[in-house]
Amino acid sequence: MVTPGTALPVPPPVAAPTALEQELLRLAGQVPDPELPMISLAELGVLRGIRVTGPGRVQVELTPTWTGCPAMDAMASDITGVLHGAGMAEVAVRTVLSPAWSTDAISAEGRRKLAEAGVAPPRPQTFGGPAGSAPVPVDLAIRCPHCGSTDTRLLSRFSSTACKSLRRCESCREPFDHFKEV
Amino acid sequence: MSTPTPTAVGTATLALADDALVLAQRLGEWAADAPVLEEDVALTNIALDLLGQARTLLSLTGDEDELAYGREEHQFRNVQLVERPNGDFADTIARQLYFSVYQELLYTALAAADGQTAPLAAKAVKEVAYHRDHAEQWTLRLGDGTEESHRRMQRALDGLWRYTGELFAPLEGLGVELPALRAPWLERITAVVERATLTMPQGPDRTPWSAGAGRQGVHTEPFGKLLAEMQYLHRAHPGASW
Repeated sequence: MVTPGTALPVPPPVAAPTALEQELLRLAGQVPDPELPMISLAELGVLRGIRVTGPGRVQVELTPTWTGCPAMDAMASDITGVLHGAGMAEVAVRTVLSPAWSTDAISAEGRRKLAEAGVAPPRPQTFGGPAGSAPVPVDLAIRCPHCGSTDTRLLSRFSSTACKSLRRCESCREPFDHFKEV
Repeated sequence: MSTPTPTAVGTATLALADDALVLAQRLGEWAADAPVLEEDVALTNIALDLLGQARTLLSLTGDEDELAYGREEHQFRNVQLVERPNGDFADTIARQLYFSVYQELLYTALAAADGQTAPLAAKAVKEVAYHRDHAEQWTLRLGDGTEESHRRMQRALDGLWRYTGELFAPLEGLGVELPALRAPWLERITAVVERATLTMPQGPDRTPWSAGAGRQGVHTEPFGKLLAEMQYLHRAHPGASW
């Protein structure tokens, strides 16, 4: 069960992750997203860390994509199952909010898989300018994941899940989901 | 500002939680009832975002289920604006416009204020920007649409205006000066309303019986029915889950 509201910043780790923690993180990271099963939790960038707190005891830090995302409970339960299978008897999944998740946390591989599955990936939110410079707003076109056309139109800012908007391609006329930027 | 007491911080957090919870419940009433399917999905998505905020905020002050399902009407601290009935689509959009512009300003300030609500505010403000954009786009379409949509949108803005003053009443323990948000709020609302070829409401933005009354636990009649529906299952079957 995810505990919402435990919103304090994650304290800096006291030590580098051990080999066991790295292995557990790898296993938990392979868990597919419950609503977008084509990508893993590691690729989605929602796993913030794993710490072994005692023999067979582990604490996982998970951050939500959208605040009201109903998939959080399923994610926590799937992670718990995988870590139980890895010999961890006691698994605690903690929700962390800070720093806030951003669509920039989705890996390049995750973006590729989204597009392949017909979901237009989010556009980058941050731009690598000199330190202290204002971010440059770039209005990149959203490409149709079916035919590749950039001639696409917003139908609704809200779609089948909290994290997506609904668009239509003006070239191939197919509607598609777009993972909207936060 | 002097350091607020823990009780005041808790009460202020509860007030924000109740705003989000009650508006989520209201918007949820549009499920399967919106003018078009896209709006069905949009309004319930916004409700879901607000419910997520409410759960996080309620958990900062106590047990979320007890607080949501176990309190009586006079124990809720939400502003009266969010409990107003959905009305027609224009009424809902007017309520969304007034509230989402306010909430975006409030969360931006809270994120910078470093209180217990800062992490939630920093996260949710990015979602609220989509709510605000949704309300603005519809205000423009309805205001600058047909004669009837224009008339209804104007009536909705006018009708809800008297509930907007309460948004900016000082809230002890919040860590943000709410009265200071009124000027930027008014500027943004005016810009959208004028672009939509509508007129800013003229009357008072509060009435003697409603000024700040929601924050003191005084609510309008339709609120009791909302709570009855929201709390019925939990009260009939305490602790039920599936």
